[in-house]
Parts: sequence; structure tokens; C-alpha cells
Amino acid sequence: MDAVAVHEAGAAHETHAKETFFRHYIFSTDHKMIGKQYFLTTMFMALVGGGMAMLMRDHLAWPNNGVLTPEQYLQAVTMHGTIMIFFFLTVMLTGGFGNLLIPLMIGARDMAFPVLNMISYWTFVPGVITILASFFVPGGPAGNGWTAYAPLSAIPAAEGGAGLGQTLWLVALLFVVISSLFGSLNFLTTILNMRTRGLSMGRLPLTIWGIFITAVLALLSFPVLMAGLGLLLLDRVAGTSFFEPTNLLVGGQISTHAGGDALLWQHLFWFFGHPEVYILILTPMGIVSEIISTFSRKPIFGYKAMILSLSAIGFLSFLVWGHHMFVSGMHPLLGAAFMGSTIIIAVPSAIKTFNWCATLWGGRIHFTTAMLFAIGFVSVFVTGGLSGIFLAIAPVDIYLHDTYFVIAHFHFVMASASLFAILAGTYFWFPKFFGRLMNETLGKIHFALTFLGIYGTFYPMHFIGLHSNDRRLYDNAAYPFLAHTGPIDVFVSLSAFLLGAAQLIFLFNFFYSLKYGPVADTNPWRANSLDWQTPTPPPHGNWGDELPTVYRWPYDYSVPGAKDDYIPQTVQAAPVAAGAGGEA
Amino acid sequence: MEQPGRVVDERRAGRWMSALIMFILVAGVLSFVWSSKDYWLLPLASTQGLTLDNLFYAILILTAIPFVLVHLFIGLSLWRFPARGTERAAHWHEHLGAELTWTIVPTIAFIVLGIYGEIVWAHIYSAPPANALQVQVVGRQFEWEFRYPGPDGKFGRTAPKFVTSGDPFGMDPSDPENQQNIVTVNEMHVVLNRPVSVRITAIDVIHSFSLPNFRMKQDAVPGRDVSIWFTPNKAGTYQIVCAQLCGVGHYTMRGNITVESQSAFDQWLGSQGH
Repeated sequence: MDAVAVHEAGAAHETHAKETFFRHYIFSTDHKMIGKQYFLTTMFMALVGGGMAMLMRDHLAWPNNGVLTPEQYLQAVTMHGTIMIFFFLTVMLTGGFGNLLIPLMIGARDMAFPVLNMISYWTFVPGVITILASFFVPGGPAGNGWTAYAPLSAIPAAEGGAGLGQTLWLVALLFVVISSLFGSLNFLTTILNMRTRGLSMGRLPLTIWGIFITAVLALLSFPVLMAGLGLLLLDRVAGTSFFEPTNLLVGGQISTHAGGDALLWQHLFWFFGHPEVYILILTPMGIVSEIISTFSRKPIFGYKAMILSLSAIGFLSFLVWGHHMFVSGMHPLLGAAFMGSTIIIAVPSAIKTFNWCATLWGGRIHFTTAMLFAIGFVSVFVTGGLSGIFLAIAPVDIYLHDTYFVIAHFHFVMASASLFAILAGTYFWFPKFFGRLMNETLGKIHFALTFLGIYGTFYPMHFIGLHSNDRRLYDNAAYPFLAHTGPIDVFVSLSAFLLGAAQLIFLFNFFYSLKYGPVADTNPWRANSLDWQTPTPPPHGNWGDELPTVYRWPYDYSVPGAKDDYIPQTVQAAPVAAGAGGEA
Repeated sequence: MEQPGRVVDERRAGRWMSALIMFILVAGVLSFVWSSKDYWLLPLASTQGLTLDNLFYAILILTAIPFVLVHLFIGLSLWRFPARGTERAAHWHEHLGAELTWTIVPTIAFIVLGIYGEIVWAHIYSAPPANALQVQVVGRQFEWEFRYPGPDGKFGRTAPKFVTSGDPFGMDPSDPENQQNIVTVNEMHVVLNRPVSVRITAIDVIHSFSLPNFRMKQDAVPGRDVSIWFTPNKAGTYQIVCAQLCGVGHYTMRGNITVESQSAFDQWLGSQGH
């Protein structure tokens, strides 16, 4: 195989002398340690972003309590979105799950570029520090929304404050973008070149397919965001005018900017921004496929269709960014075209949903916590996907654009679905990553509260959205038609608090199990993919003296005539004879 | 931990999870029905809005069906197929007919819906009728300014260099037409059953000129003029909302739009200062 040379280079890892504390825990080049660093860092950021959401909901339900000033409210809105998307979901899925899973699932000893991998994490950390530092600068953090539309974000005089905050926001995102580019490059190279013997692309677990397409999207879309961020930074600090047209009248003064275009930022941002939402959902789709198949004890239905639809979504995701801009002032003909492409991208998502359903049918389902979250994923993904159809049809979007209906939509389809897959994946792979099992009872309580909390929080937002309650409004009092939305806001906030509290159960379970959970064996879920064929937790270099050889796809569950209801990818013999010598 | 050979009975767990999915299904449908009384599309006040609402209801039906069917299917699967004892799951993972069906059926549904959407879209963005009332709007932090032509129906010349804090339109003082033009703040009046064409821009940051009762929304973008038109068909006073985050005072940026007869409109316009 052409990958042999790489394997031998990889084998050199094993000859490492005992590592110092710094080499092992801080500046590690081991994909598992880097993955855990990402995992814990982004978990912490999720708490910060979640805290912002709790503050927002507290204010929205009881606006007269003075929890937040108008400026602070917008800052909480902005930082919630920014942190959750850039510092939690994106990086947890790529930096966390990508790093931890790729070498284990493809039978490699490490990533293709271990040092670049370390640099990637240590480029992310300054981003984290910068965004957290922005809370403490004069004027506070950025408050112009996570989309930071120019010219509002470009001209300090146009804002109530947030001078340095918005600049730091741009710098922090630049760090994240660069870090993600390093990571994506590494992921692609690793998946393409370092698969072990017998593991063709057509035998890859769908999780790896999800990560693979995600890395392609990131590699192609993040540079566009990077360009946008760079230009906006120049507008703010160097006096350029990429996004400001001539003769703006800001704060009573005619601005010195001239010749820019305010819509350019939106095009750059959403050209990245739409692939980004698929960056947040393709890996989860893979994770969920893995878990549903494993715990239904049944092969994933339509494996090829799953890969094709992942790829189709990846390709189409670059052609739909304008559906964020139906009312932005771009030409209506463009709106008509983007409506068409957006409708087409719904088809592969529908196919995937039906395939998950078909996988459940006729299975012998084991209701582990991981499985519950995977089933929950399908539910929230369907709910959010369907509300997306309203927004894809441009005339209806005219009415619903920038209302809570949009908030409901993307929190279901992108945020909740992604979160559910992350939680499912955490319960599923925790034993492999950390060597112990999480507590299932606490896990199930966590699931039930999270599932109900998500629906309670976001489902009623459809209603106030239909009632034209706009997003990012500090106070509804100015609008007579919103006078009676108070009870819904209170219900939503209480659900959000429940949702937030449920995550504390998860945190407790996570850290308690880390130390006191029952020790896991090699393959606690009796799963087929390679990650379950290494010792638990995997040693440095992942595999013993010899890399595994793959003989089959990863979904041979309940093969008629086989001894067990699963046949690991490393088992060579024909299914019927699997019992003879196939057990790893 | 799952021990190979251990007898597993997941039937109880299956019923619980099935019930949870069914609860989401029932609550999801019933709460929508409940919300349609008090929290629904705002009262309609334009002819264009009717085509848009019809489209909305078509999508509502089209999305309600898969919402119900998928949840029913999942609920039923969880009820019927929990692990019990040593029984094996079925082993099938491909079925061309099924896969083609659930590729082609949604595709056709989406295409039909898309064509419907494109027709409505084209209608909304068609050229305004010749008799349309002309109004210009400028969004600024944090108010809307409206400019009406004088009795001869003409606007005076404008240029960016004439923009001042007192005149965001930038009206050329040397053009006598501008003496006839009427500017109002946060107050817009339109004529019942007469089309109105609104030219929208902004002078500082992006705002969004939103008229929810008329199903109209258009971002007000500095450096760019965008026109929309609609035909108000129900008298009354409605809200003008800024729908795009435009700064700390965003939530205070609102105006009123009044739909009235031509004579009431003429009287109102005549009473406004020049």
C-alpha cells in the first residue's frame, strides 16, 4: 500500500523517551492529549457562552429587573453567539472529536503533522484569551451581533461603546480561523494518507466521512472569513473603507470613509457562514449514524447514500449563502437563484433523516444515554430542518427574517442538533478517551431534562416569531402588538434555566466518572469500528507493534449466522466462521 | 457496560423513550394550534401580504406532515424494537426502491414549493404601477425619516454632499422643487387601496424597514437605494419596526404607518411643515 512509508514514520513515535510533564500535558503532540485539551477548553467556553444565554433569558423574561442595560444585553447576545459557534461547537467537533477520533478510527498512530496539530491548539488558546479579555476592556466586549454587520461594526462612533471590544473580537476570530485552517489541513492529509491496510474510503466510518467533508468545507470557507475579518480590522484601525460608502453621517459627523460597500461584508461573512453551519452539522450527522447503528445492532441504512448526501450537502453549502440576505438589498434575481439552491440542499438532509429512521426499524435497540441523545438529535434536526423550509422560501422569509422564528430554526437545526451529537459522542466515546464509563442513570436524567429543556426553550420561539417579535430587541415595550408576549418569554426563560441546570448534572457526571467511573474494557458497546479494537484508553501510538488490518466495513451488526451480533472491522474470516479466531 | 451474552431487556426503556417522542409530537402540534389564537401572523393589511400568507399556509401543511410522520415512525420503532434477550436485529441496509422514493418524493415536493415561491417572489418584486404613491425613507440611528413629493408629484434633486444632521436626504437647496417636498419623522401615511412605492436607504449603519402587517421588510443600506411596493388595503395605524440591529438604541427605533382615504391623506400631508 502506498501508505506504508507513512506508517513507518509513525512507528518512530513509540521510541519516545518518557515525556516530561510539559511535553505530555501542555505542549503535547499526541493527538489524544491535544484532543482532550480542545475538549476541556471548549467545554469551559460552552459554560461562558451558556452563562451569557442565561443572562439574556433572565432579562427577557423580567425586563424590568435591570439585570442588563441595553448595551450589556447586546453584548451578551453577541458573545453568546460568538462563543457558542466559534469557541464551542466548531472547535469541539473538529479540535476535540476530530483529533481524538481520526487516528483511532482509521488505524493510524497519530495525525499526519503532530507538531502542526500542537501549534493549532496553541493558536486557538490566544483566541480564547483575547475573547475573554474583551469582557474586561473599557466599553466591554463587542455588541454588534455575532454577524458583526458593517458599517455598525466598522465605525466606533456608530456604537454605544464597544470600541476596543469589537477590535479584540476580530483579533480573537482571526486566531480561531488560523487554528482551524491548521487543523483542517492536518485532518484531510491524515484521512487521505494514513488509513491503515484495507481501510478504503468506502469502508470508512461515517463519523470520519463527516469530519472529512467538514475539513474540506473549513479549508475552503475559513479563508474567506479571514479576508473579511482582515478588511474589517483595517477599516477599524487603519482608516480604510472596504465596507463604508461615502458620506456616512454618524453621530452628527460626516465620516471620512468613502467608496466602500456595506453589502460586501455580508457576502464575505455568509460565504463562510453558510458552510459554517454545515461544519457544525456534518460531523454530528456522522457521529449519530455511528451511534444509531451500534445501538440498533443493525447496519446503518443506505451507507452509500449517506456518503453521497454528506458530499452533496458539502458541495451545495457553497451555493446557498445568499439565503441569509433575501432582504439585504441584493438584487431580487439573486434572491430567486438562492431560493432555488437552498431548496435543493434540503433534499440530502431529508434522505439522511429517512435513513436514520430506517436503521431503527427492525433493530434491537439498546437505550444507552448515547443512543437517547442520538435519537433526540434526529428529532431536533427534523424540527429545525422543517422550520428552515419557511425561511428558504424567500417571500415567507421577508416576513420571518430577523424574528424569533429564525432563532428557533437555527437553534434546533444547528445548535441543538450539534449539541446533542456532541453529548451523544461524549457518552459514547468517554470510555475510550478516558478509560472509564459515565454514569448511565445520571446520563438518562440529563437527557430527559435536556430534551424537554431544548423544546421548551426554542419551540415557543416559533410562535412569537410568527407574531413578528424581532430578535435582538432589548425591550418589547415599544411595540403594542408584542404587549402579550410576556408569558411566553417567562416560559422560555424557565425552560432555558432548566436546560442550563441539566448541564450541571452532565458536568458532575463527567468529572466524577473521570475519577470514579467503572473501568471500561476495550469494547464496552460491542462496536465494530477500529477505535474499539485498541486497548482502553489507547496507549501512546494507539496500536501495539503492528497496525491493524481492515477486512470489512464498520457496520456488520447482526450478520445472520455469525457468533456475535457484531463483527469488528479487523475480523478476517467469513461471517459464519467469525467465532473461530475473529475475536480481538 | 454491555456484556456479551448478558440478557438485555430494554422494553421498559423503549416505552419511556417512545412516550417522550410521542409527547413532543402531541405537544408540538397542539401548542401550534393553541398559539394560532394569540400568537400568529399579525393582522394583514396589504394585497401582497395575502399571496405571502397563502404560501405560508402551504408550507405549514407541507412541513406538518413530515413532522408528524417522522416522529410517529421513530416513536413506533422505539416501542416495537427494543433489545430483548438474545434476539438479533434484522440485517438489511439497502433498498433501492425505498431510497429512490424518499429522494424523489421530497425533491418533487420541494420543486413544486420552489416554483410557487418564485412566482410569489416575482410578483412582490415586480415593477410598481404608474399611479403608485412615491415615498422616500432614510433610516438613521434611531429614527425613520420620510420624504413626500410636493403637489406636483416631484422630488427635488439630492446629492450626498448636501447631507447634514438636519437633512439626511441631502436635498439641494438651490432646487425649488425641494421647497415643496415634505419630510416627516417616524410618521408615514399611505392611501387605502393605492399602491405605494417606497425607496429605502440609510445614512449611517444598516437598518431594516419592516412593516409586518403589510408583509414587507427591506434592509435600509447606506450607499444603496432599494425600492419596494405594496398596496395597503385595510385602514388603520400600524407599526414600523427596525428589524436589523443598528446600535444600542435599536429597540427604540420604531414609527407608525397610517392607512387612510385619499382625502384624509391629502389633508394630513397639507398639515405637515415643509
